[in-house]
Amino acid sequence: MKTLALFVVVITGAMLIYAGHDLPAFGDINSPAYQAPMTQYFIEKSLPESGVPNIVTALLASYRGYDTLGETAVIFTAGMAVMLLLRRRET
Amino acid sequence: MSKIQESVIIRTVVRIMVPFIELFALYVIMHGASGPGGGFQGGVIFGAAIILYAMIYGIAEGKKKMSDSLDRILASAGLTIYAATGLACIVFGGMFLQYNAVPLLSDPALVSKYLIDLVEIGIGITVLAVMISLFFDVSPPESDVEEAKE
Repeated sequence: MKTLALFVVVITGAMLIYAGHDLPAFGDINSPAYQAPMTQYFIEKSLPESGVPNIVTALLASYRGYDTLGETAVIFTAGMAVMLLLRRRET
Repeated sequence: MSKIQESVIIRTVVRIMVPFIELFALYVIMHGASGPGGGFQGGVIFGAAIILYAMIYGIAEGKKKMSDSLDRILASAGLTIYAATGLACIVFGGMFLQYNAVPLLSDPALVSKYLIDLVEIGIGITVLAVMISLFFDVSPPESDVEEAKE
Protein backbone atom coordinates (compact mmCIF):
# COMPACT_ATOMS: atom_id res chain seq x y z
CA MET A 1 0.00 0.00 0.00
CA LYS A 2 2.84 2.37 0.89
CA THR A 3 4.62 1.55 -2.39
CA LEU A 4 1.44 2.31 -4.30
CA ALA A 5 1.04 5.63 -2.49
CA LEU A 6 4.66 6.57 -3.21
CA PHE A 7 4.20 5.57 -6.84
CA VAL A 8 1.10 7.79 -7.18
CA VAL A 9 2.85 10.74 -5.50
CA VAL A 10 5.96 10.44 -7.68
CA ILE A 11 3.90 10.16 -10.91
CA THR A 12 1.72 13.15 -9.94
CA GLY A 13 4.77 15.21 -9.01
CA ALA A 14 6.53 14.36 -12.27
CA MET A 15 3.42 15.34 -14.24
CA LEU A 16 3.17 18.66 -12.40
CA ILE A 17 6.85 19.46 -13.00
CA TYR A 18 6.43 18.54 -16.68
CA ALA A 19 3.34 20.77 -16.95
CA GLY A 20 5.17 23.57 -15.15
CA HIS A 21 7.50 24.01 -18.12
CA ASP A 22 4.51 25.07 -20.22
CA LEU A 23 3.63 28.00 -17.93
CA PRO A 24 4.34 31.45 -19.37
CA ALA A 25 7.55 33.04 -18.11
CA PHE A 26 7.35 35.51 -15.23
CA GLY A 27 6.27 38.90 -16.57
CA ASP A 28 5.76 37.54 -20.10
CA ILE A 29 3.84 40.15 -22.12
CA ASN A 30 2.26 37.43 -24.32
CA SER A 31 0.87 35.40 -21.42
CA PRO A 32 -2.92 34.79 -21.52
CA ALA A 33 -3.38 36.58 -18.19
CA TYR A 34 -1.79 39.73 -19.56
CA GLN A 35 -3.71 39.54 -22.85
CA ALA A 36 -7.09 39.20 -21.10
CA PRO A 37 -9.29 42.26 -21.74
CA MET A 38 -9.89 43.07 -18.05
CA THR A 39 -6.19 43.05 -17.08
CA GLN A 40 -5.43 46.51 -18.45
CA TYR A 41 -8.59 47.87 -16.83
CA PHE A 42 -7.63 46.58 -13.39
CA ILE A 43 -4.01 47.73 -13.69
CA GLU A 44 -5.12 51.27 -14.58
CA LYS A 45 -8.31 51.68 -12.54
CA SER A 46 -7.97 49.58 -9.37
CA LEU A 47 -5.94 52.21 -7.46
CA PRO A 48 -8.18 55.24 -8.20
CA GLU A 49 -11.38 53.22 -7.80
CA SER A 50 -10.64 51.19 -4.69
CA GLY A 51 -7.77 53.15 -3.10
CA VAL A 52 -5.55 50.14 -2.40
CA PRO A 53 -2.22 49.72 -4.21
CA ASN A 54 -2.42 45.91 -4.10
CA ILE A 55 -4.45 44.79 -7.12
CA VAL A 56 -5.06 41.34 -5.62
CA THR A 57 -6.64 42.87 -2.52
CA ALA A 58 -8.63 45.34 -4.64
CA LEU A 59 -10.10 42.43 -6.59
CA LEU A 60 -10.64 40.22 -3.54
CA ALA A 61 -12.27 42.78 -1.26
CA SER A 62 -13.76 45.32 -3.64
CA TYR A 63 -14.62 44.01 -7.11
CA ARG A 64 -15.35 40.51 -5.83
CA GLY A 65 -16.40 41.55 -2.34
CA TYR A 66 -19.63 39.61 -2.56
CA ASP A 67 -17.68 36.43 -3.33
CA THR A 68 -15.35 37.00 -0.38
CA LEU A 69 -18.35 37.54 1.91
CA GLY A 70 -19.55 34.12 0.79
CA GLU A 71 -16.11 32.59 1.48
CA THR A 72 -16.10 34.02 4.99
CA ALA A 73 -19.62 32.67 5.52
CA VAL A 74 -18.44 29.23 4.36
CA ILE A 75 -15.61 29.23 6.93
CA PHE A 76 -18.01 30.41 9.63
CA THR A 77 -20.57 27.73 8.70
CA ALA A 78 -17.89 25.01 8.70
CA GLY A 79 -16.76 26.07 12.18
CA MET A 80 -20.33 26.09 13.48
CA ALA A 81 -21.05 22.67 11.94
CA VAL A 82 -17.98 21.10 13.60
CA MET A 83 -19.00 22.80 16.85
CA LEU A 84 -22.50 21.28 16.65
CA LEU A 85 -21.23 17.80 15.80
CA LEU A 86 -18.22 17.42 18.10
CA ARG A 87 -18.57 19.79 21.06
CA ARG A 88 -19.30 17.97 24.28
CA ARG A 89 -21.74 19.53 26.66
CA GLU A 90 -21.48 19.32 30.41
CA THR A 91 -24.49 17.17 31.29
CA MET B 1 1.52 15.71 30.41
CA SER B 2 3.64 14.39 27.61
CA LYS B 3 7.40 14.65 27.54
CA ILE B 4 7.45 17.52 25.07
CA GLN B 5 5.15 19.57 27.29
CA GLU B 6 7.48 19.19 30.28
CA SER B 7 10.52 20.55 28.46
CA VAL B 8 11.56 23.87 29.98
CA ILE B 9 13.16 24.97 26.71
CA ILE B 10 10.00 24.44 24.68
CA ARG B 11 7.77 26.08 27.31
CA THR B 12 10.00 29.14 27.51
CA VAL B 13 10.42 29.49 23.75
CA VAL B 14 6.66 29.18 23.21
CA ARG B 15 5.94 31.76 25.89
CA ILE B 16 8.36 34.20 24.23
CA MET B 17 7.29 33.43 20.64
CA VAL B 18 3.49 33.65 20.99
CA PRO B 19 3.26 37.47 21.31
CA PHE B 20 5.55 37.92 18.30
CA ILE B 21 3.50 35.50 16.19
CA GLU B 22 0.36 37.40 17.18
CA LEU B 23 2.02 40.72 16.29
CA PHE B 24 3.07 39.31 12.93
CA ALA B 25 -0.52 38.14 12.35
CA LEU B 26 -1.84 41.65 13.01
CA TYR B 27 0.80 43.02 10.62
CA VAL B 28 -0.27 40.58 7.89
CA ILE B 29 -3.93 41.55 8.33
CA MET B 30 -3.27 45.30 8.29
CA HIS B 31 -0.73 45.06 5.46
CA GLY B 32 -3.22 43.27 3.20
CA ALA B 33 -4.16 46.48 1.39
CA SER B 34 -0.64 47.45 0.34
CA GLY B 35 1.26 44.19 -0.01
CA PRO B 36 1.02 40.43 0.32
CA GLY B 37 -1.30 39.47 3.13
CA GLY B 38 -4.90 39.76 4.10
CA GLY B 39 -7.57 38.63 6.49
CA PHE B 40 -7.48 34.91 5.72
CA GLN B 41 -3.71 34.54 6.08
CA GLY B 42 -3.42 36.78 9.14
CA GLY B 43 -6.33 35.05 10.85
CA VAL B 44 -4.74 31.65 10.33
CA ILE B 45 -1.40 32.88 11.74
CA PHE B 46 -3.14 34.34 14.81
CA GLY B 47 -5.05 31.09 15.28
CA ALA B 48 -1.81 29.13 14.97
CA ALA B 49 -0.25 31.19 17.79
CA ILE B 50 -3.07 30.28 20.21
CA ILE B 51 -3.04 26.65 19.02
CA LEU B 52 0.73 26.47 19.66
CA TYR B 53 0.18 27.83 23.18
CA ALA B 54 -2.62 25.32 23.83
CA MET B 55 -0.52 22.42 22.52
CA ILE B 56 2.35 23.11 24.92
CA TYR B 57 0.54 24.46 28.00
CA GLY B 58 -2.50 22.18 27.71
CA ILE B 59 -6.03 22.58 26.44
CA ALA B 60 -7.32 23.97 29.76
CA GLU B 61 -4.69 26.74 29.77
CA GLY B 62 -5.46 27.47 26.12
CA LYS B 63 -9.16 27.80 26.89
CA LYS B 64 -8.29 30.38 29.55
CA LYS B 65 -6.80 32.51 26.75
CA MET B 66 -9.65 31.81 24.35
CA SER B 67 -12.82 30.54 26.00
CA ASP B 68 -15.55 28.78 24.05
CA SER B 69 -18.01 31.64 24.50
CA LEU B 70 -15.45 34.25 23.34
CA ASP B 71 -14.76 32.01 20.35
CA ARG B 72 -18.42 31.92 19.38
CA ILE B 73 -18.78 35.69 19.79
CA LEU B 74 -15.67 36.44 17.70
CA ALA B 75 -16.61 34.02 14.90
CA SER B 76 -19.98 35.69 14.42
CA ALA B 77 -18.66 39.22 15.09
CA GLY B 78 -16.19 39.03 12.19
CA LEU B 79 -18.85 38.02 9.69
CA THR B 80 -21.18 40.68 11.13
CA ILE B 81 -18.52 43.39 10.62
CA TYR B 82 -18.18 42.34 6.99
CA ALA B 83 -21.91 42.18 6.28
CA ALA B 84 -22.57 45.43 8.20
CA THR B 85 -19.95 47.22 6.08
CA GLY B 86 -21.77 46.05 2.97
CA LEU B 87 -25.14 47.11 4.33
CA ALA B 88 -23.76 50.52 5.37
CA CYS B 89 -22.91 51.13 1.71
CA ILE B 90 -26.58 50.50 0.83
CA VAL B 91 -27.69 52.92 3.57
CA PHE B 92 -25.55 55.67 2.01
CA GLY B 93 -27.09 55.12 -1.40
CA GLY B 94 -24.56 52.81 -3.06
CA MET B 95 -24.75 49.17 -4.01
CA PHE B 96 -23.97 46.32 -1.61
CA LEU B 97 -20.22 46.57 -0.76
CA GLN B 98 -19.74 49.64 -2.97
CA TYR B 99 -17.29 51.20 -0.52
CA ASN B 100 -16.73 54.54 -2.23
CA ALA B 101 -20.41 55.45 -1.83
CA VAL B 102 -19.91 56.11 1.90
CA PRO B 103 -19.36 59.89 2.35
CA LEU B 104 -17.04 59.74 5.39
CA LEU B 105 -14.06 61.56 3.88
CA SER B 106 -13.75 63.90 0.93
CA ASP B 107 -11.80 61.36 -1.14
CA PRO B 108 -13.96 58.31 -2.07
CA ALA B 109 -10.87 56.18 -2.82
CA LEU B 110 -9.59 56.77 0.74
CA VAL B 111 -12.95 55.72 2.22
CA SER B 112 -12.75 52.59 0.11
CA LYS B 113 -9.23 51.87 1.42
CA TYR B 114 -10.28 52.11 5.06
CA LEU B 115 -13.44 50.08 4.55
CA ILE B 116 -11.40 47.37 2.79
CA ASP B 117 -9.13 47.34 5.86
CA LEU B 118 -12.24 46.99 8.07
CA VAL B 119 -13.47 44.11 5.94
CA GLU B 120 -10.06 42.41 6.19
CA ILE B 121 -10.20 42.74 9.98
CA GLY B 122 -13.65 41.13 9.95
CA ILE B 123 -12.38 38.21 7.85
CA GLY B 124 -9.36 37.83 10.16
CA ILE B 125 -11.50 37.71 13.31
CA THR B 126 -13.80 35.04 11.86
CA VAL B 127 -10.94 32.91 10.54
CA LEU B 128 -8.94 33.01 13.79
CA ALA B 129 -11.98 32.12 15.91
CA VAL B 130 -12.95 29.24 13.62
CA MET B 131 -9.35 27.92 13.52
CA ILE B 132 -9.14 27.87 17.32
CA SER B 133 -12.60 26.38 17.81
CA LEU B 134 -11.80 23.61 15.30
CA PHE B 135 -8.62 22.77 17.24
CA PHE B 136 -10.42 22.70 20.59
CA ASP B 137 -13.31 20.65 19.16
CA VAL B 138 -11.09 17.85 17.85
CA SER B 139 -8.72 17.80 20.86
CA PRO B 140 -9.54 15.30 23.62
CA PRO B 141 -10.95 16.75 26.85
CA GLU B 142 -8.48 16.96 29.73
CA SER B 143 -10.45 14.44 31.84
CA ASP B 144 -10.12 11.77 29.13
CA VAL B 145 -6.34 12.28 28.92
CA GLU B 146 -5.93 11.77 32.66
CA GLU B 147 -8.17 8.70 32.66
CA ALA B 148 -6.12 7.15 29.87
CA LYS B 149 -2.98 7.59 31.97
CA GLU B 150 -4.47 5.69 34.91
